[in-house]
Amino acid sequence: MTQRLADSHAAIGRLLEAAKALPKPVAFMEICGTHTVAAFRCGLHSLMPANVKLVSGPGCPVCVTSQGDIDMLIELAQRPGVTLCTYGDMLRVTGAKGSLEEARGGGADVRVIYCSLDAVKLAAAEPKRNVVFAAVGFETTTPATAVAVMEAERLGLTNFTALVSHKRILPAMRALLDSMQVNVDGFMCPGHVSAITGYATFATIVRRYKLPCVVAGFEDVQIASALAKLVELARDRKAALENLYPQVVSRWGNRRAQNLMRRVFRPVDARWRGLGMIPDSGLAFRSRFSRFDTQSRYKITPIDSPEPPGCRCGDVITARCTPAECKLFAVVCTPVRPIGPCMVSSEGTCQAWFKYKRLGKSIAASEDAVAKPSQEARL
Amino acid sequence: MSNAMQERPGTPPSAYHIDKSRHIILAHGGGGQLTDELIAHTLLPRLGNELLGELLDSSIVPGSAGRIALTIDSYVVRPLSFPGGDIGRLAVSGTVNDLAVCGAEPMGLALSLILAEGLERKVLESFIDSVKATADEAGVKVITGDTKVVGRGQADGVYITTAGVGSVNGKTRLHPDQIRPGDVVIVSGSIADHGLAVMLAREMPEVQSVLWSDVAPLNRMIARLLEKVNGVVFMRDPTRGGLACVVADIATRTGLHVVLEESRILVRPETQHAADMLGLDPLEVANEGKVVVVTRPEAAEAAIAALKEDEHGQDARIIGHIEPERDGLCELHTVIGGRRILQKPYGEQLPRIC
Repeated sequence: MTQRLADSHAAIGRLLEAAKALPKPVAFMEICGTHTVAAFRCGLHSLMPANVKLVSGPGCPVCVTSQGDIDMLIELAQRPGVTLCTYGDMLRVTGAKGSLEEARGGGADVRVIYCSLDAVKLAAAEPKRNVVFAAVGFETTTPATAVAVMEAERLGLTNFTALVSHKRILPAMRALLDSMQVNVDGFMCPGHVSAITGYATFATIVRRYKLPCVVAGFEDVQIASALAKLVELARDRKAALENLYPQVVSRWGNRRAQNLMRRVFRPVDARWRGLGMIPDSGLAFRSRFSRFDTQSRYKITPIDSPEPPGCRCGDVITARCTPAECKLFAVVCTPVRPIGPCMVSSEGTCQAWFKYKRLGKSIAASEDAVAKPSQEARL
Repeated sequence: MSNAMQERPGTPPSAYHIDKSRHIILAHGGGGQLTDELIAHTLLPRLGNELLGELLDSSIVPGSAGRIALTIDSYVVRPLSFPGGDIGRLAVSGTVNDLAVCGAEPMGLALSLILAEGLERKVLESFIDSVKATADEAGVKVITGDTKVVGRGQADGVYITTAGVGSVNGKTRLHPDQIRPGDVVIVSGSIADHGLAVMLAREMPEVQSVLWSDVAPLNRMIARLLEKVNGVVFMRDPTRGGLACVVADIATRTGLHVVLEESRILVRPETQHAADMLGLDPLEVANEGKVVVVTRPEAAEAAIAALKEDEHGQDARIIGHIEPERDGLCELHTVIGGRRILQKPYGEQLPRIC
């Protein structure tokens, strides 16, 4: 604990020191929901100087799953004979006609699983049920879906399919910088995704856009160190790629997982909630595995319903506005009754704001916290 | 059956000699001979005492005419057994602790069992043994009870509802309205062990977990604390919703500002890892063997010392204090020196994806 304390204070010290020499105010983007939450949880925002901002990008896989995909899942879950398997945080996401949680309350067979293989096991154990797996997530969860599909193939299952909403992070980062012209001074890159893809993935961002990228772990010290590194790079006007999570992330990543992904899926254009269509940012089954594709098996296509009126989740995840600037935020859109996807997921930016920042105290307190970063307890 | 029929009227059910079926069947809840048999062979030998053995519709407890505390809680934990405890231990500890944190000395428990048809009798027996062992640990008796059986699939194994009655010492008044600025917030040990042990056992049974639930009756520890220390003003056991729920509630109910120091809160490394894996905040996870105590500042050291005298209070520590600002908020000073608001969690915790 004392070491962690010392390391954290050293990191915050470096951050404040480097920030003093910044030529202009800077904003960095974190593109992983776990970073969003971890930064709020450790109170990092309250320690940051006024000229440094950390904004949240489209890093929560639940938040960027299109409403059409959610509606398809709900419709499938309500069909007789269908068992829908999903990761827990998809349960409360609302589509045009409610959420999976509500569908479950209405009698649909919706089961929360923790591992993609649980869906395959279920399909093997209950051959009369048609098991649909809601395959969501970035490169972190995609290999697990690939493994599940290959296992279903090995077992010769005909009652297992996956509705693939997997997303790829790099095309989204490019789209943010190219077509959406989001203005950031660097990225805090996701540790888990990088463990699969390798940190070299982000070299293109450094080269092409001249922006620093720092791969970060998820502990408070690691996030603070990554932010300090980004500020130092910005101060030195250096676009470099740094891996501050070497315990887990290597240059080329997990080849085996990459091969699995490539074997089962191919890149396709995909619709992101709040961002629209992004080229090559999604995945679809290769033809060899098409019999596991829920959409073709059940002849179902997404109907794209409009975003909820007034919802600014799209602006939030492109750092065009803060949650507090959305008129719905904390008024009609709350974690109990979420309207936009960023409020639904525990890793969504709006929920993180609501939970850790909404009441202003931590923001108002930030200035004297900066003055005394190692603030002693009164006790 | 025939043996039973020959018994004289009024013979206590322990005299019935019906073959014990290996599973609970619906007729065990029918109120007839088979119910008597279940009581006689499974419940009374384990829980029996002079009051319960009377088998009256109510038990009459001797007591002074002082203040009485009454509480009730239902236990529906899944899995029924988990590392560190089971539903029986939980059903006694939870209710005993609810009495104890209000300053009440437990006088007796009422146990209502809802059993699902098909439950193995030896499984039920192990839970009742556990009820007995935990009640002994707490020095309290089960003095009345009820048993019902529901059809297969209508319930999940066993549900237990435990009511408890306790007597409150004449001078004790533990209430949020006693809390003043300057008061100190203490917790009796590490947090989140119970909730994560149960969650891992339920959701990832294949994971060999080293987590251990803290479920335990705390009434002896709390009685010693109240006896030795003047200046305890409020207590609550941080069960569902965890520590966050209790401190946020203190802030809301007093309208004062509560400050917690994250670096002082003990989360075991293995518990922290499990929480990280499931994307949960240990501050919001349930405990079943911990108590949050608010004391006057001058009483804090004595309170810690009194808690440490008990095996369940070895890691007791000060984690925060009450400030005069009237905003009804709880603020967490994080390990790295940041600040954030601590709120009540919303409901069922959903593990995250990546």
